[in-house]
Amino acid sequence: MIERHHVSRRHLLQLGGTVAIIGALPIITVRTARATPATLASAIRNLVGEANVQTGRVKLDIPPLVENGNTVPMTVSIDSPMTAQDFVKSIHVFNEKNPQPNIGNFYLSPQAGRAQVATRIRLADTQKVVAIAKMSDGSFWSASVDVIVTLAACTEEVL
Amino acid sequence: MASALVNVPAKAKRGAVIEIKTLMSHIMETGYRRTAAGELVPRDIITSLTCRFNGAEIFRADLFPAIAANPFLSFFTVATESGNFEFEWIGDNGFVATASAAISVE
Repeated sequence: MIERHHVSRRHLLQLGGTVAIIGALPIITVRTARATPATLASAIRNLVGEANVQTGRVKLDIPPLVENGNTVPMTVSIDSPMTAQDFVKSIHVFNEKNPQPNIGNFYLSPQAGRAQVATRIRLADTQKVVAIAKMSDGSFWSASVDVIVTLAACTEEVL
Repeated sequence: MASALVNVPAKAKRGAVIEIKTLMSHIMETGYRRTAAGELVPRDIITSLTCRFNGAEIFRADLFPAIAANPFLSFFTVATESGNFEFEWIGDNGFVATASAAISVE
């Protein structure tokens, strides 16, 4: 009984949190956001074609809550032996709500030894970031992370 | 002007996986910002970074406006032999910058 009470209370709190976030969203989205989940999907489709994108093997490291969207550290690493027979050919990172769906493409070779890249990115809004890895056998693997951005990139004016 | 910072270990054991870090000073103007007068500021970004080791390409990146200003990139490679890493950044408005770093492998 106590356990059930706990769960329902947590659900209520979560619900409250979600409502608060949704409530805050329109204020941010009015200012920017031209790429949509549809353009994200078509950018991914351009990359993979008809191939099936599987979830897993890719680890996308981004802080889930970002204060300043102008510079967000991001690390993508892929579980791969990086041998001449089995390696990561390329890593592609996409976003949902920046003006453009692409963030970066990174091309590796077996020479890399470890399939990992790190950079700093811009996020114009609270959104989903997707990383896709293309393997030497032609398969695609992906990971996605939802990032909450409190101060969006590219909203300020240039004086 | 453009200045690059490249971090490569000076020495490594043969076969070791080493991390290479690069930092390039650049505004990475997205092309989506406006001035107070409402005019669009033209795009000015670095579009690619290529890293070659003794002439052979080992890493390449396409960059988009969603990369933060002063683009930082880190990646890995296996130390096979002593030699020279060459880095080349290419961007809008004819931007080209290069840097190099030597490694001795024992």
